[in-house]
Amino acid sequence: IWKNRTDKINAELFTLTYGSLVAQLVKDYEDYAEVNTQLDKMGYNIGTRLIEDFIAKSGLTKCGSFVETADVISKIGFKMYLGITPTITNISQDQKEFSLILEDNPLAEFVELPEDAVRDGLWYSNVLCGVLRGALEMVLLQVECNFVADVLRGDEVTEIRVRLVKVLDEEVPAADE
Amino acid sequence: IETVALMSNSGTSTSGTLSTTGLTGDEDREAAYFKLEMLGYRVGMGLTEKATRDRPRFADNLEIVKFICKDFWLAVFNKQIDNLKTNHRGIYVLTDNNFRWFSRMSANSATETAQLAFPHAAFPCGLIRGALSALGVASVVIAEVSNTPQCTFQIKFRT
Repeated sequence: IWKNRTDKINAELFTLTYGSLVAQLVKDYEDYAEVNTQLDKMGYNIGTRLIEDFIAKSGLTKCGSFVETADVISKIGFKMYLGITPTITNISQDQKEFSLILEDNPLAEFVELPEDAVRDGLWYSNVLCGVLRGALEMVLLQVECNFVADVLRGDEVTEIRVRLVKVLDEEVPAADE
Repeated sequence: IETVALMSNSGTSTSGTLSTTGLTGDEDREAAYFKLEMLGYRVGMGLTEKATRDRPRFADNLEIVKFICKDFWLAVFNKQIDNLKTNHRGIYVLTDNNFRWFSRMSANSATETAQLAFPHAAFPCGLIRGALSALGVASVVIAEVSNTPQCTFQIKFRT
């Protein structure tokens, strides 16, 4: 049972389920900014739990630098859970910021946003930002994470920007939401 | 006794009446159940639409239910329904002896596990109802969870 065998789930089931989740949030909150917030929150709660599974499965130890962390997120994290490997670009001078470019986004398959969702700033896949934020917080990296572009909104690429705020202290108990 | 109460509760909510007769304070839970069921409905409908696009029309309702038990369940849960019973008058009972989502659930007692697992059946109930709806049949789907990881789904066709 402890073999590194990850059960796969049907991609369409995953995509459609996420789609109806977002649709339900839109219906419930009637405010796209609030939907973004809720998605991020959900992601955060997923991330704080997912990191444990991630470390257990990958068997990885500490990253030497934030840039290395970026590499691990893309090549191992995204690969393991979504089957994609986003490209890391635009690493800032101080190496505390980077962008993840998602060539494919399994969440956004079959998705078309209505005009008002684009206008009012819905970030459809915002759950991913929350996941990253939650997961990284558990390994003591406080980050800010947000979408800066999304092909669903007519942008050229889908880009998530991640910025390291600070490395947390070991003692501080992480707040649970 | 508690499990039974919960069952009758689900019955009213899946039939869409959302009545709260005799059960006080459960309205939130019922609303949540209904919402999850609706999410499942949407997903089941979408999945089935895509899956059946290139296949010929089903001969009868039994064929449709068989499709749910085999292809649909396989696509969604990586296994088939283990047992299918019918009264040939519009009621079908699908039993999954090892329902994937329940396979790793446990609580202090079997009764408690069943109770805690039950809300997780809302979404799959919706999946089935949505799938059936995409194939042109209106139905009511009720889940029954008594000894996990087994789960039974009762489908009642609406005529």
